[in-house]
Amino acid sequence: MPHSTVKSTARVDAVPKLLAGTIFGLAFGFLLQKGGVGKFNVLIGQLLLQDFTVAKVMLTAIVVGMVGIFTLHHFAKVNLHIKPTRIGANIIGGLLFGAGFALMGYCPGTAAVALGQGNWDAFFGMAGLVAGSWIFAELSGWTKRTIEKWGDLGKVLLPDLLHLRRGVFVVGFALTLTAIIVLLERFTTR
Amino acid sequence: MRMCRKAACLIGALALLPLHAAVAAEPSNALNYPGPAWSPYVVGAGIGVLSWLTFYFSDSPIGASSFYAQVSGFIGKLFAKRHTESLTYFKDNPPSVDWEFVFVVATIAGGTIAALTGGEFTNEWLPPMWVARFGESIALRVVVAFGGGISMAVGARLAGGCTSGHGISGTLQLNVASWIAVICFFIGGIAVAMLLFKL
Repeated sequence: MPHSTVKSTARVDAVPKLLAGTIFGLAFGFLLQKGGVGKFNVLIGQLLLQDFTVAKVMLTAIVVGMVGIFTLHHFAKVNLHIKPTRIGANIIGGLLFGAGFALMGYCPGTAAVALGQGNWDAFFGMAGLVAGSWIFAELSGWTKRTIEKWGDLGKVLLPDLLHLRRGVFVVGFALTLTAIIVLLERFTTR
Repeated sequence: MRMCRKAACLIGALALLPLHAAVAAEPSNALNYPGPAWSPYVVGAGIGVLSWLTFYFSDSPIGASSFYAQVSGFIGKLFAKRHTESLTYFKDNPPSVDWEFVFVVATIAGGTIAALTGGEFTNEWLPPMWVARFGESIALRVVVAFGGGISMAVGARLAGGCTSGHGISGTLQLNVASWIAVICFFIGGIAVAMLLFKL
């Protein structure tokens, strides 16, 4: 955002866009619930390295999503949405997120599913997420001047970092991740 | 200063938590509790395809954490409008009812539909695995979930996303930031979960 004027009224996206968001959100919540990742024991089980459902869901989504998105992008049908790499903020934020994930037992998306399927404790975690977002906003002037400057690489993709052509990297990476999925299926109970 | 002391108390109380459990209960085994209804590969592939659709039709990646920031912004504007609008994060990201906002609200309903159609609606205040380890106190669960939520949201905003925005949408775009973040999600999560449930 180039300047700091703040619109006083809430911005609302156009209705068709919001309708699409609603349909996609319904599908997302439906899939996550069927995948068992709204369950406290499945999520904590992943962090205890006992239940690998989360890793299987995520890795499969990454392989399928990656192949499709990069194909669509190659034919100029979609835009990529890349967030900047800021090593300090990614690491510190990532560790804080993980610690909170273990305490709460749900993450921001799966908490919504947990609440939807009748796990009422998720509501208090979601209230904590709102409170934490506020605390971050209070600190955001400071974090922008400090932590977010540490190791700022801008928008960068793995193939750029390794000086490989995107297409080559996508194929190789899809095969690697698939091999990991096969190993997970072979050596884990769930 | 008062806030610092409160934070220190909270962190101290959380540090006592594994001790409390270790004295009271056996290490947990997550496999004693129900797993997913569908194959994780079917669900994972479904989410992958869903991300094609959200990129193509909505020009948006799947994400969840900024929903909570929007809600905090709306509540903030209700009580302290000028202060809220002066904060750097809300200057850069004015709270709005946008695509991701309705997406997360609909995620709740999607979870309800799936649970009801699959006979998995739980209607419970405490997860059974939590009860086996930490007992029946709802107050304890509320404090821990709320505290965890705070840490998770600060972490998500600092890292730039959550298990959806970084963990799925960012990683599948091969974003370096997302791979660093998701690896750190699991390092932090595994360390704390082991302390809480395995000690």
